[in-house]
Amino acid sequence: MAGAVTLARALRDPTALRLDTDWTGLITAARAEQLVGSLAWRLHGLPVPEPVAILLAEARDGAEAARRTALWEAEMARRALAPLGLPVVLLKGTAYVAAGLAAGQGRHIGDLDVLVPRDGLDAVEQALIAAGWEWVKPDPYDDAYYRRWMHELPPLIHRERDRMIDVHHTILPLTARRRPDPDALIAAARPLGNGLAVLSPSDMICHAAAHLFADGDLAGGLRNLWDIHCLVEEFGVDGLEARARHHGLGDPVRRACRHARALFGTAMPQGWGKDDALDRLIRRRLLARDGWGRPTRPVTRFAFYVRSHALRMPPAMLVRHLWIKARRRPASS
Amino acid sequence: MRHALSLRIGPFGFRIGSDWRAPIETLADLYADYPRPELPDYTVRLEALRPWRRWIRPAMAVSGDYMLPDAAPLPLAQALLAAEMGMNLQLALGARRFLLLHASAVERDGRALLMSGESGAGKSTLATLLAARGWRFMGDEFALIEPETGLAWPLPRLISLKNDGVSAAARVWPGARFGPLLHDTPKGTIRHLVPDATAIAAMDEPVQPAVLLFPRFGAAAAVRAVPPGEAFVRLTQASTNYVALGEAGFAALTALIRGVPAYAVDYPDGETAIAQVEALWPEP
Amino acid sequence: MSEPLDAFTAVFHRPSGITHLLVSPAHEILAAMGEDALTVAALHARLAASFDLDAEPGALAARLDELVEAGLVEIL
Repeated sequence: MAGAVTLARALRDPTALRLDTDWTGLITAARAEQLVGSLAWRLHGLPVPEPVAILLAEARDGAEAARRTALWEAEMARRALAPLGLPVVLLKGTAYVAAGLAAGQGRHIGDLDVLVPRDGLDAVEQALIAAGWEWVKPDPYDDAYYRRWMHELPPLIHRERDRMIDVHHTILPLTARRRPDPDALIAAARPLGNGLAVLSPSDMICHAAAHLFADGDLAGGLRNLWDIHCLVEEFGVDGLEARARHHGLGDPVRRACRHARALFGTAMPQGWGKDDALDRLIRRRLLARDGWGRPTRPVTRFAFYVRSHALRMPPAMLVRHLWIKARRRPASS
Repeated sequence: MRHALSLRIGPFGFRIGSDWRAPIETLADLYADYPRPELPDYTVRLEALRPWRRWIRPAMAVSGDYMLPDAAPLPLAQALLAAEMGMNLQLALGARRFLLLHASAVERDGRALLMSGESGAGKSTLATLLAARGWRFMGDEFALIEPETGLAWPLPRLISLKNDGVSAAARVWPGARFGPLLHDTPKGTIRHLVPDATAIAAMDEPVQPAVLLFPRFGAAAAVRAVPPGEAFVRLTQASTNYVALGEAGFAALTALIRGVPAYAVDYPDGETAIAQVEALWPEP
Repeated sequence: MSEPLDAFTAVFHRPSGITHLLVSPAHEILAAMGEDALTVAALHARLAASFDLDAEPGALAARLDELVEAGLVEIL
């Protein structure tokens, strides 16, 4: 039965799909991994059974609607922040579609993510609130935690449009061991000509790799890895290693590229290392989705949840964090 | 999954998987006369909340291609409702080929009567009563408007009836087939009715909408023409995917409102409502 | 795209995918502006040319603020 393994193969080489593929399993897994729009574009123009073609056309149509909504949200943020005269750098999905990159084609886009200078955070927060954004989390512990340790403001949601914005001042939490250089990210950003900017190609790949491994529990990892594949294919890897080292992200970038090569055939330089024991675990986790759209291998998934917290926070804080989270659960449910 | 079933209802194919055998057997029995899809559009999963909850206080999580993050689980005894809710959710959040209106629909003279209303307005019961009087039942949950043509497509799912609706339907449909009686569901006591053979046989025949009703049960009989502006606002609120469809949704909805007269109908009982509908229905 | 209904005009705004229900004079203001960048005074003059206008430019500015908040008009 088709699942994430078939999905990765289909993205890598859509012409290798056979007409008797388990299409239902493939599309279900792609929907669950939020890759159905990307898959639909990869298969565009190739012969597929008629009912499959209809579902794929629908997925492309849905991705186009998501693209338009994301660009409008970026535009509304631009209008709100323009008077501040600060650099505003789009990140992730919105950046890919705003810059017209292959990584944006068919991509699912959720929240709007932007990067601004840290000393402009207060002004940005006030300008967004004046323009109709509101706090999502009224909880004081969460709020203090975000402000003190995270790499972003607590999420804001627009009261009319119901869309979320994440305002980052760097690309990893301050608690994480690795410390990317946010000033360099902003200094190297490429203007889009409308007052907004996107990260430079190397920084985009660094961010995508940091996001893949250091942020979250690898949930949605296959989509992040597909982003990395598309970015590397479009931009190449010239200067990438030096830039990654500058941000303290040499290991995650090399590791991400290894996985992209293993799953999608991404071109990468010789000597970027061989798979280690962790890579095998990561690969299992990346492909942990069956043709019913169900997550599989729950033990691996739990291991990654703990690991993802461990990477973001020093151990004593981790204990405090988990304890507060655990103690709060009965009250909130 | 351990147990599974695929079925097609009008233009949509569903694949339903379950950790338990019983829900699939119930669905297979009630949907016995429905065709199988060439390829299902959507997957619905009925899963045990935790592995051991397959046996101990079985609790069923409803999920699928599209889901709500905080959907409450249901007891195993309400599996049929869970499956129906799962299918609703896929259409409400996923469908893009049709503008979905939360409405029941019946057909006569090759034209459709759409009845849009909140839960409790009686749209399922009215559709059932009209079907017993010779109208073709098209659906009791979603009216499917095709943007390119303006046609209403049938979606003759099992009809979900509440207390009074069950007895009313049993009176006018003596031979009707019902699903199990479901007590204490989030929607109260409900029971599912299998649509008649005509409705199932004609599930691939769309028709042009002719009249739009906003029925309301429990008030003194009254009929009021609804101006286009009000109808537009009501239907944007009654549509699950108007926003998602963007320009196509706007075009489909404004075309529908332009082409079809709309009425708000208050009715104290089914007999009165049928008389009101007959009076409003334009004879060919 | 816009559709005149009885009490208001429904406008589908393509860049945002948002439907706005505009009552008079919001729709007339947007129609008068078209795609042009105008000062409030210039817009007032344009509207005065087509309509029997008794509103002050101040009242027009208030309506414009609402359209700015809705994203239909941008301050340049």
